[in-house]
Amino acid sequence: MFAEFGYGILFLAFLVTLYSLGAAIYGAQTKSTQWVESARRAMLLTFPLIAISAASLIYLIVNNHYEVSFVYEVTSKSMPTYLKVTAWWGGQAGSLVFWAFLLSGFTSAVTLRKWNRDIEFLPWVIVVCAITVAFFLSLVLFYETPFARYWQDASGKLLSDASGSPITSVFAPASGITPFLPADGRGLNPLLRHPGMVFHPPLLYLGFVSFVIPYAFAIAALITGRTDDRWIRLTRRWTLVAWLFLSFGLVLGGRWAYDVLGWGGYWGWDPVEIAAFMPWLTGTAFLHSVMIQEKRGLLKHWNMILIILTYSLVIFGTFLTRSGVLSSVHAFAESAIGPIFFTYIGFSFIASIALLIKRWPDLQAETEMKSMLSREALFLFNNLLFISILVVCFWGVMFPLISELFTGQKVTVGPPFYERATTPLFASLLFLMAVAPLSAWGHSTIQTLGRSTWKSAVAASLVGIALFFTYTQNIGAVIGFTLVAFVIFITLQEFWRGTRARQRAQRENWFVALARLTGRNRRRYGGYIIHISMAIMAIGILGIESFQSETQGTLAKDQALNIADYTVQYKELATWDDTGAGVNYTRAVVDVYKNGIYLGQLSPRIDYYFDSQQNMTIPGNRSTLRDDLYVLLVDWQPVSNMSATFKIYVNPLVNWLWIGALIFFFGIGIAAWPDKDPEAEPVRVTRSSKQTSAAD
Amino acid sequence: MKKFFFALICTFLLGAAFSQSAFAQDPTPPTDDEVNAIAKHIYCPVCENTPLDVCPTEACRNWREQIRSMLAEGKTEDEIMQYFVDQYGDRVLGAPPATGLNWLVYLIPPLVILLGAIILFRALKGWTQPKQAEAGSGAASGGLSNQDEYIQKFEEELKKRK
Repeated sequence: MFAEFGYGILFLAFLVTLYSLGAAIYGAQTKSTQWVESARRAMLLTFPLIAISAASLIYLIVNNHYEVSFVYEVTSKSMPTYLKVTAWWGGQAGSLVFWAFLLSGFTSAVTLRKWNRDIEFLPWVIVVCAITVAFFLSLVLFYETPFARYWQDASGKLLSDASGSPITSVFAPASGITPFLPADGRGLNPLLRHPGMVFHPPLLYLGFVSFVIPYAFAIAALITGRTDDRWIRLTRRWTLVAWLFLSFGLVLGGRWAYDVLGWGGYWGWDPVEIAAFMPWLTGTAFLHSVMIQEKRGLLKHWNMILIILTYSLVIFGTFLTRSGVLSSVHAFAESAIGPIFFTYIGFSFIASIALLIKRWPDLQAETEMKSMLSREALFLFNNLLFISILVVCFWGVMFPLISELFTGQKVTVGPPFYERATTPLFASLLFLMAVAPLSAWGHSTIQTLGRSTWKSAVAASLVGIALFFTYTQNIGAVIGFTLVAFVIFITLQEFWRGTRARQRAQRENWFVALARLTGRNRRRYGGYIIHISMAIMAIGILGIESFQSETQGTLAKDQALNIADYTVQYKELATWDDTGAGVNYTRAVVDVYKNGIYLGQLSPRIDYYFDSQQNMTIPGNRSTLRDDLYVLLVDWQPVSNMSATFKIYVNPLVNWLWIGALIFFFGIGIAAWPDKDPEAEPVRVTRSSKQTSAAD
Repeated sequence: MKKFFFALICTFLLGAAFSQSAFAQDPTPPTDDEVNAIAKHIYCPVCENTPLDVCPTEACRNWREQIRSMLAEGKTEDEIMQYFVDQYGDRVLGAPPATGLNWLVYLIPPLVILLGAIILFRALKGWTQPKQAEAGSGAASGGLSNQDEYIQKFEEELKKRK
């Protein structure tokens, strides 16, 4: 009953979306505000419709309707209710509904704004969003429906096709056939039964979906022929919010991997991780280069290209996670929707680029660049670096497919490849992050840049030298830490300079001056805080990448393993079943000493899930600012528990990665905080204005 | 490049000679750390993109034991890697060996990046030169349309590099 209802409502939502699409195009062509208004209202209607359909899917999940194949695949009776609800996006079909649900919600929100002088954008924004919603709805209606059910004939035999796999459909394939209800579901992949998984996918999806809005405005600007930067100003906050969610999702995914996957790391250059990382790269480049258009009226074509790329990569990212073309830890879902995704990406990319080419001559730069070292030129280098990392990532993800296609030989493009290729690029980004904020818009020379950076450069070099003699002789790491120090010093110097100037001019005390400085230039100083946070995250990455050490050994009771300054002593081990949850737990207890001083106990464990016959390795982790002691239980002697095998990692400085992430969210909160008057436009820096500093 | 590979091979062979003799003299079984040091560089033939040292599946456990027994037999890291490549193909390596079509994986990204850098530098050079001419003639407004052409050209070139 709820399956047909949910499917029917979803179909209705699809029809309404198509109507909205048609009405918007017709309204725009005939300049009829009534038709556009009708399209807008239709779009507003899709959100509650998809929400009702999603609610019926959740109802089916929570009430154990295993005759629905999606419910059978992703849940089981032993799962707690909150996890069952998250199974909505734990499987392919449900996550596609989730995508459409988010996008129709965002589109509704954006169509409800006051349009005033931007009303000409409205129909085309609706068109782009409606096409995207319709694409996702058509996937879940015609290819991967979460409402399809199993069927049995009169004798109670499960209907299956020639190859033996069960037939699924929403409606009974013939008369006299009834839904087949399995006793229990297969259950969600245990790796996904983690609080981190409750938030990681929806955050990534929120990031993905929010990027559709700036793209829709960009396309609307191209179609209407408005060549100013209005579309960028209107979507600035959407872009920041999209970037926030995507970043949040990536960090949370890293933390989840660190806590659950049991390989002592947070990032494995897995294709699905890269799939989420690629739109982040173009999005970050976009976030920087739109500033050049806003301040200087340059790079109009390039910004269009970046947002078109971001949209394509967002769909590509969804496609990679969901099509199973590249199977990996994450690609738990496999289905036949790959070619359809690919066609859609190709179609939307070519159509967008064609539109851009048509408008090419209209998008003229309003000023000119003056110097290789001006802020806008350094932003271009920043863009070059982000795009270079994208090229490495994209090629690394695609190459195994190309190789398989042409030689039939599967190859692995793994971490060694990516690390070698991207390390110099990331280091250059750090360097630019240090220098660029001190170069002026319009004009900078070696002299002006040198004058403003030398103090920080000297201080950072001293840090590097000190580290070399006291901490590490690893030259790569020393260079990395020196760059980190350079970024932090320069950025703090910027805060200091601004605060001092304000303090003198306004006669405020130092803290008030700092708060007002940041509050009045939120984007700039929020951005600086983000820069500092990136440098701090880099400390963690450098630490774990350069200095991680590991050891493994089988210990009898009271025997110990030594690693770095730590001693880990095996004390006891217990195994028990939790039949209600369908899990067998094996938990070891070890004593931890550092330089002979007792620090406490850790309890690594292995959870074995009966229904999916899968292990989950949960580390015992002792985390400090200096390093993490990360203990994994690998094996043990059954019954007697006399000996157990442990794998131990020491991950230096990794905590700074998470600390940096927290500062990052603080910074982005400042940068994205709503203005009192969002319509206010800052005065554009003209080419005649004399600038000696990096005034915003 | 060839010299580099030659040096690499020599290092491996030298290391192999030493480690072999070390094992010949030392009857203690290989430690987990010795096994993991090799397993780290081998990618699980079943679970994609997972190195053998951290893969939790039963199959990988068996493969690790195989590495252990090969080490005990006195096999070198190179021989063990070669054994896995022969058995399961190049996919067990973390990055494709630089042969045949695989060269593309190493060549394309630097080439594309280099191309992007060249386009960017040429465009940037394009701006600074007319600026000098402009300064020399002293006609600030006269250079405007001239420079716009350069920016247009630059943006076109940026477009081309996509």
